[in-house]
Amino acid sequence: MTANSPSVFLLMINGQIEGANFPEYDDLYCKYCFVYGHDWAPTSGLEEGISQITSKGRDSPHRLVWNFPLEITFKSTNPLGWPQIVVSVYGPDTFGNDVVRGYGATHIPITPGQHTRTIPMFVPESTSRLQKFTSWLLGRRPEFTDPKVVAQGEGREVTRVSSQGFVTLSFNIVTKDMKRLGYDTTATETTHTHTHPVAAGFGPGNQTLSM
Amino acid sequence: MASSSDLREKLRKKRRALQHSLQVKDDVDADTQALVPTDRSQSKETAQRDMEELTAGEEEPGDTLRRNLKAQRLRRRRKLEEASVDDKSMVEPFHETVGEVTAVQQISQSDEKPVEPCVVSSPAQSQRGDLPPRPQAKPVPGSSHSESSTMRQRMKDKLKAARSKAESLLQQEASQDGPASRLQSLKDRHTLTRFDRETDADLRGGGDDHPSSLNVKVKFREAVRRVRVDSKSEMGLPTAEEAYNFFTFDFDPEPDEETRKGQKRRTRPEGENEEGEDGGDDDEEKEEEDKEEVTEVDREHQGEDEERDDNAPLMRDEEEELFLIDQSADDFLVFKRAEYMGYQRRLQSENELLFTPSFLTVPASSKVPENMKPRYLEEEGLYVGERPPMSLTNQNILENRILKQEQGRKWFGDDGRIMALPDPIKESSTRPPLFHIEDDLDPALQTVYRKALVSKHASQYISVGGETNGDYQLDVDVSGLIFSHHPLFSQEHVLGSRLVQLYDQHLSRQHRNLTEHLTTKLNGLRNTIGNMLEVHGGQRLTPVMQQRISEYKQEVRNTRRLRDLEQEKDRTLLKGIVKIWKEIKALRDFQRFTNTPYKLYLRREEVERASDVREYEAEIQAEVDELLDEMEEDYQRKVTEYRRQQEEWKVWRRKQRAKNKKKKKTQSQLDDNEDDEDNDDDDRTDGEAEPGPPKPKPPEEPDMEGVEKQVSEKASRIRRKPGEPILVPELTASGPITPNEQCPRGEFARREDVAKRSIFIKVLYNDKEVSRTDNRSLNSDFRVHFGQIFNLKIVNWPESIKLQVFEVLGLSTTLLADVFVPVPESSILTGSAPSEELVFSSNLRVMFDHEAVGSDVPFSFEVDGSNRQTLLTSGKLSCSVSWAVGEDDVPLAPPTTQPKPMYSGLKQLDAIASIGASGLNDMKKLGEWATESRLDPNDPNNADIMQLLKVASSGEVTAPDYFRLEQLQEEFNFVSEEDLEQSRRFRLLRLRNQEVAEFRNYKFVPAMEREVTDKVFEEYERRLKEGEIVDTKGHLDAHRALVAKHLHKIRESIINRFLIAKHHFIMSDLVQEEQVPTIGILGLNLFKLAEPKRPLKPQRKERKKVTAQNLSDGDIRLLLNIIRAYDIPVRKPSVNKPAVTSKSTRSFTETLTAGQSQRATQGSDWLLNQVQVRPFVEVSFQRSVLQTTTADGPNPCWNEDLQLPFSAPNGDYSTANLQSMKDEIFINIFDEVQYELGGDGEDRGKEVHTRLEKHWLGSVKIPFSTIYFQSRIDGTFKVDTPPVLLGYSKERSLASDGGYDAVRSLTEGAFITLFITIEPQLVPGETIREKFESQESEGLLLASEVFERDAAVHFPDRPCLTTVININGKTVFITRYLRPLNPPQELLDAFPNSPQEATDLIARYVSLIPSLPDSVSFAGVCDLWSTCDQFLTLLAGDEEEHAVLLCNYFLSMGKKAWLIIGTAIPEGPTTYVLTYEQNRYLIWNPSSGQYYGQYDTFCPLQTVGCLVSADNVWLNTQAYTSPLRIRFDVTKAKLWKPFFSRAFPNPGLSSVQPEELVYRHTDQAAAAELQDRIEKILKEKIMEWRPRNPTRWNRYCTSTLRHFLPKLELSRGRDVADEHRLELQSLLGDYRISGFPLHLPFSEVRPIVEAVYSTGVHNVEASNVEFALAVHVHAYPNNVLSVWVYLASLIRMR
Repeated sequence: MTANSPSVFLLMINGQIEGANFPEYDDLYCKYCFVYGHDWAPTSGLEEGISQITSKGRDSPHRLVWNFPLEITFKSTNPLGWPQIVVSVYGPDTFGNDVVRGYGATHIPITPGQHTRTIPMFVPESTSRLQKFTSWLLGRRPEFTDPKVVAQGEGREVTRVSSQGFVTLSFNIVTKDMKRLGYDTTATETTHTHTHPVAAGFGPGNQTLSM
Repeated sequence: MASSSDLREKLRKKRRALQHSLQVKDDVDADTQALVPTDRSQSKETAQRDMEELTAGEEEPGDTLRRNLKAQRLRRRRKLEEASVDDKSMVEPFHETVGEVTAVQQISQSDEKPVEPCVVSSPAQSQRGDLPPRPQAKPVPGSSHSESSTMRQRMKDKLKAARSKAESLLQQEASQDGPASRLQSLKDRHTLTRFDRETDADLRGGGDDHPSSLNVKVKFREAVRRVRVDSKSEMGLPTAEEAYNFFTFDFDPEPDEETRKGQKRRTRPEGENEEGEDGGDDDEEKEEEDKEEVTEVDREHQGEDEERDDNAPLMRDEEEELFLIDQSADDFLVFKRAEYMGYQRRLQSENELLFTPSFLTVPASSKVPENMKPRYLEEEGLYVGERPPMSLTNQNILENRILKQEQGRKWFGDDGRIMALPDPIKESSTRPPLFHIEDDLDPALQTVYRKALVSKHASQYISVGGETNGDYQLDVDVSGLIFSHHPLFSQEHVLGSRLVQLYDQHLSRQHRNLTEHLTTKLNGLRNTIGNMLEVHGGQRLTPVMQQRISEYKQEVRNTRRLRDLEQEKDRTLLKGIVKIWKEIKALRDFQRFTNTPYKLYLRREEVERASDVREYEAEIQAEVDELLDEMEEDYQRKVTEYRRQQEEWKVWRRKQRAKNKKKKKTQSQLDDNEDDEDNDDDDRTDGEAEPGPPKPKPPEEPDMEGVEKQVSEKASRIRRKPGEPILVPELTASGPITPNEQCPRGEFARREDVAKRSIFIKVLYNDKEVSRTDNRSLNSDFRVHFGQIFNLKIVNWPESIKLQVFEVLGLSTTLLADVFVPVPESSILTGSAPSEELVFSSNLRVMFDHEAVGSDVPFSFEVDGSNRQTLLTSGKLSCSVSWAVGEDDVPLAPPTTQPKPMYSGLKQLDAIASIGASGLNDMKKLGEWATESRLDPNDPNNADIMQLLKVASSGEVTAPDYFRLEQLQEEFNFVSEEDLEQSRRFRLLRLRNQEVAEFRNYKFVPAMEREVTDKVFEEYERRLKEGEIVDTKGHLDAHRALVAKHLHKIRESIINRFLIAKHHFIMSDLVQEEQVPTIGILGLNLFKLAEPKRPLKPQRKERKKVTAQNLSDGDIRLLLNIIRAYDIPVRKPSVNKPAVTSKSTRSFTETLTAGQSQRATQGSDWLLNQVQVRPFVEVSFQRSVLQTTTADGPNPCWNEDLQLPFSAPNGDYSTANLQSMKDEIFINIFDEVQYELGGDGEDRGKEVHTRLEKHWLGSVKIPFSTIYFQSRIDGTFKVDTPPVLLGYSKERSLASDGGYDAVRSLTEGAFITLFITIEPQLVPGETIREKFESQESEGLLLASEVFERDAAVHFPDRPCLTTVININGKTVFITRYLRPLNPPQELLDAFPNSPQEATDLIARYVSLIPSLPDSVSFAGVCDLWSTCDQFLTLLAGDEEEHAVLLCNYFLSMGKKAWLIIGTAIPEGPTTYVLTYEQNRYLIWNPSSGQYYGQYDTFCPLQTVGCLVSADNVWLNTQAYTSPLRIRFDVTKAKLWKPFFSRAFPNPGLSSVQPEELVYRHTDQAAAAELQDRIEKILKEKIMEWRPRNPTRWNRYCTSTLRHFLPKLELSRGRDVADEHRLELQSLLGDYRISGFPLHLPFSEVRPIVEAVYSTGVHNVEASNVEFALAVHVHAYPNNVLSVWVYLASLIRMR
């Protein structure tokens, strides 16, 4: 892979699952995993992780803090299937059974820089009231067969979900060789600022150049 | 302004009063700031805080002031009302001011009242609170508070703030403009005060009013400028406040100064009064201010007036408002009450604002551009579509409305009407309307569902290249028929129809007008000749000219003759018409009634007699002249001819004379009448002697007189007489018909008869009736109109299209005639096809006893009966047959390339044919045609051709032949289509997206085009290519290659279907949810609590299932627990031992009773002999091999766990992929043999070298898919042992376990007990949840569904099948598969005497057909059942195909046979065959050909779910499912639940099986060839597997083995072991042989190689080993091949 003609671009993600806002629940932990397309591969870092259990503090009665770091680098040849992070939150119910409290997913931001994302979370609903009752009683809430389901659109029409809370993530994104491969993800404003000095070059700036 | 001074005075008073009320105002200020009405106290507080100077008791003054003001107001109002009479405009401001004041009072009185309606505040104040802070809004509350001592300062600040705010707003929102809000502001104006508005807007936080106020401000500047000028000129004083507010920094200080003063004054008038801050200036200022006020008021008046009159100069109003904004500077407040506006005034003002479009028609002049006249395109002959209907009123309203707009005219077209597209609505509805709700639909109209029937003899399909799937349609349009004769014709009808015929003839002749044409031509020719003659005058004509003239003359003659003919015909026709008409009239008179409505009018066209006579004469003259000319010419010619002949004759005569003279001399008798006699003599002599030329007669003189007479005679015959009017016959059918009552009885009866008849037409296509018209009653005019179009969707070639005319009388129908319609050319399309009139007739004899003439019956018109004529029924049928045009204008005609001789002349299809010009392929011709036919380019019907013409003329070829909705699509394409096609990368991406198998999980599509190599596609392309080319090499057998290809195709299509279905999710795919526990489960769970923690007999627990998709390599392992084995063959010392038993045949009885005899015969010496076997088990899966420890004896017990890693192909752990895995688990049992090798000479005795060898004893194969689907396999399996194991014998140790042995001894072979599972447990994929289409009746399908569901509910563990899916993916009822079918005759003939043998052979034959589980080939899709002929063609199938075939064979052999649907090990759910003979039930395993007694413990069949026979299905309802414990008597209703019962009888389902199976004879040569090839391949393979050691082949042994194999085949592998072992032994005494024959059904080479490999024979490492390999292929009918491989290793013994 020569520097001049890269065949892959790299996407480096640093960040953390900062915390969550689940007004009703306490003692939650979360899992994350990445979902990405065929043309993507993690080159370093953890693809999956599970956080500590956190309880609500006295000062911030709504806030659950994990500060769980994410660090992963992907290489890819194709922006198709851009990675998504899937976060699922679990915690004990009233009987102490570990049940799922929320699923959520978001795409990794595509632009380099710092980003904060707040993901709304949801859980699948029971199919009937009886089911709901028994699942509550037995602590066996309906779960997605695979948390990665929430990162794809296919087949979702058969599910019913209810919304739960929010998880906040922060990302610091670094990309490499994207532009070389022809993918320009930087925002248009920045390109404008780039063009300004060029335009100015014909003005007084030109003189300074000639000097 | 008469009362201006008055007013000023009042104002002054008011001002003073206002100064008193300042405190009140401040209260209000506070209120408004908070936007909520505050308490009195609170407001007071605020006021105090704001205004320190005010005394404590200010509340009092406020109240008094209020009272005063009230009084004042009342007074003033009275005055004003008076004033308003003469100066209405003045009232308004007063009202306003007063109103404002009142408002304040009200507010201060009622504290709780919301301030909103008339909130009072200044903008500057309001900024403090509610407005969002503006950047320049400096005055903060604090500052005002602190600096309140200096009101001036405060004022300044506020003004500044207001100014800056205005500015900023101006800047920011100058662009905002809303007429609506402006209007609203105007409306508001009447209810709100000026200040209010501003504040209000501000307070509402930039609501609706916000823009209005801004707008106001925008316009303000100009207004102010104007006003300033005005006021200056008027009063010499600037309007100070405004000027100050807005132009402080822009203008000179002078107005600034003044403004400040005024402002000061205004802002604190109370200060003036009470504290007198600027006492000195006060008066002056007051004066000034008063003036200002007045001017302002005046201006307001003006503004108001203007507003009232005309709402156009809104600016004025706003300008005022803006002044007021500036006045708003804090302390000056005007209050106003909500005011009432009179109804009339409101109406008036509304009228000004609103526009009601009139619904009167707009004059055309205002709709078209000036000086233009409306232009009507229709009149110019251009196509203008029909406009959609719209009521005139609405249209007028719309037009008026549009005209009101600017540029409204552009909506009108040239014709002065609103432009409109043609009406898009079809005239007729495409779907018939349903007037009824479905319930009360007329039962006759109710649709009934009927299954489509598949015709067996639908031959001669239109074979198409596959692309258009034979969607052809013929449109048969039967428009009607006319009888030219019908038996029920009355005489009048006969005449009438004749008249009509003649008239038609006349019309057509007239249409052609040949006479006229010929006359013109004749005249032309005559003129030409005349001209030629004239030009050349008397000069001599050149021969050429002469020639030409004569030609012309010839022409003239011909033309004249033709014309005369035509004229004559015309004349006779006319005469005929007249004659018949006369006859009709006569007839009508005679019979005194009228039957036909025909009426003939003869229209005369008078001609000018003189000119007519002249013309007539001239014509005759011309003709006579010509005739005379001709005659003259003729005469001349004749004369010349005559002369010539005369000459000749004379010469001859002379000669004759000379002769005669000689004669005379000799005779010399008569000389009288010389000449005459001579002549006579001559004649005579001529006749006698030599024939001379006859004496020419002189031509007759042309008879001039006669000619003229002749001509005029002819003219009078064929032409009308000069001066006679031209007669034009006109036939109408409008005449009255005599009503029935007035007719005589005969006629009445006839008419009755006519009314009873009706006619219909059958349409027959290829001699099959496809449709028929309605019955149409016969009218008195014998014309029948049908007007029906039949659309025939056709599959077969059109051979004939026939229309049959039927007549219905009462209930009987008679065929009148057949009319054959020619099959149209494929260029004749609907819409352009002309209607043809086809004549038909019938020779049916019909007679009537009434007036009707009948058919084929002579009748006469004459009274005396003479002139009889006979008429036959005949008529004309008008119809047209054409090919339909599809939706996309594609002609639904079959291609013309079909090699059909009768249609060979068909032309290529062309699009132009669709509009009526068929066969125009040439563009030029097309163009000509288009101009000729004057196509209207605007007509949408012609759009195609116009497009085509345009393209043709402009030379552009790339005309789009499509219509595209997304015109911009191309703009969005990021690469062009070609690039997309060419780019390898894009191709790769697309293929992956399409889930093409090779690329489904392709990772890392390179980012750059260049990095995608062509290699990637190689495999895919090869596969594509292979789809077409059959690779016979890899299959050894051409037939099998074809079959494999076919199977592949089926598989492909089914997998595609599966892939689609895979994307349909159900809830359980996505969400895992616990089932609601039933009471039973709850109870069980409770019971479990009491269970011991570590039970003595632990049971395997169900594990949690894992969906396969999130697994990766290494996650899955295969667990095998090998427990024990029974009856392993034991070693036999290589001692020459006589054969103990040699059984050649076995029968059922023998098998069943064999135990004793065998036990008895087999030697007891084995006990003593200590012959051992040391078996161990080796398991290989995916080429990883594990083995157990070695155990001892023929019944070893290992009880060992083995774990094998599992990896899915391509790392794809999706369900579909796992299901389609074809890997098998081989469980091989080996014997570990220890050989002592002699040590070296010295060490002999001290050291013992041993060599371990493993000898294959048998194997079990379990496909992975079985484990995957069943998740675990637990049981005892029969080990597949070779029929002969050299060096081993199957012995039973009798003494050890006698009792147990008694049970087992019935079976042969070794058994192994195993437990296999996958860790973690995988969830097998669901079968497709797709409802397959079916041709079964709905009732049956429903019943079967119910049956199966019931079974599933009550007996969940019993498989129940009633419907299965055939190879086309359709649901078929299971009993349809069973039908007696003939087995190959050869097999039956093989053992004519022994039915048992034959049965065995047939079972073997069936088992030799290779087994291919559907679940492997059709990954998890479903079980497909193929019929027996398909099975035999494919030569591959699942258990059920085997079972069905076997069962059918048994049925044909007269056995009682059923299919057993059940489960067996290791297959899982499977199908067996049950037979009943000799009072025993036998269970057959169709895939192995084995049979078991019902009570055989080692029968692999574990559960019996249901039994299927050819006519019923029975579900096992007994308590047990094991065949050992159930009864197979299906007649017992308690034990077996039948599907078809008395309540639901069998509808007589026909079988899907063929009537008879046809077998191909075996190609022995091919089998031999195959045998050689297999042997060669195997030998090569073995050598390949032994890369380090040389492989020697013992030829002698090989040939011996080869010799044995056919015997083995014959005996089907039984009981020949001893025989040929002995034989071998004798031959190869000094070799230690271990070997065995393998037997396999043949499908491909690969399984054979695998089987050989798995035996491990090649692994013998000894240096002196030799090998022997023999292959035998035995061919059974229909290419079923049985392959034997005999494999042996030989080690020379010392």
